Amino acid sequence: MGNPMKIRAANKDGVTEVKVLVSHEMETGQRKDAAGAIVPAWFITELVAKHGDKTVLSCEFGPSVSKNPYLAFKFKGGAKGEKVTVSWKDNKGDSRTDEATIG
Amino acid sequence: MNNQRRTVLKSGSGAALLGMLAAAGLIIPGMALADWNKAAFDAKSMADALKALGAASPADSKDVQVTGPDIAENGAVVPVGVASSLPNVSMVAILIEKNPNALAASFVLPEGTEANVQTRVKMGQTSNIYALVKSGDKFFMATKEIKVTLGGCGG
Repeated sequence: MGNPMKIRAANKDGVTEVKVLVSHEMETGQRKDAAGAIVPAWFITELVAKHGDKTVLSCEFGPSVSKNPYLAFKFKGGAKGEKVTVSWKDNKGDSRTDEATIG
Repeated sequence: MNNQRRTVLKSGSGAALLGMLAAAGLIIPGMALADWNKAAFDAKSMADALKALGAASPADSKDVQVTGPDIAENGAVVPVGVASSLPNVSMVAILIEKNPNALAASFVLPEGTEANVQTRVKMGQTSNIYALVKSGDKFFMATKEIKVTLGGCGG
């Protein structure tokens, strides 16, 4: 389990804007350590955001998404007090889910 | 050499992999929506990545906007945004031409989600960034060059 994500969701004029900051190394598999051995790739492959039970965004990431990935998107609907859930899964099979309340 | 046996072995392991993916999808319901497109992310060149995404020849469109800095001082963190005014956008992808693997991220947008996403990517060197947008059944593309300065003095 990685560290918690930071999620902000704000509703304005019927559109909810979600900003997510994930805590993840996002190792590309291109870098070498001091001994010259390649650091194995370790990155988030899939990320899904849900509003209640409805999926509002599903992403696939490659290793060239930056370390501690940031993501912002907007969806129609959502009201103050409702929940937005974000889950990710990485190429080592690790995963994490966090939720935030729309404000 | 028994070629058929090879093929069988190959397809067998492929099926097993799919099964594993499905099982992983069951643990977190909803994750199965996005089966990681290995072929597209492994593609070395733009053309191969586009082909793997099913968008062999996207049309250039003014209705797709790529936002990002003109000059990125740090290639490890380059903010990139894609927005489009096209109707029925169901998919957005960000590709970086000169990265070892061109495809950086793809987003599936269900109905109700706006065609406006921002994220941060890594760039190995100065390169064109392509935003691929699927509107209806057609693919559209826009591009922007981002210069990466390694020296850190801002060029």
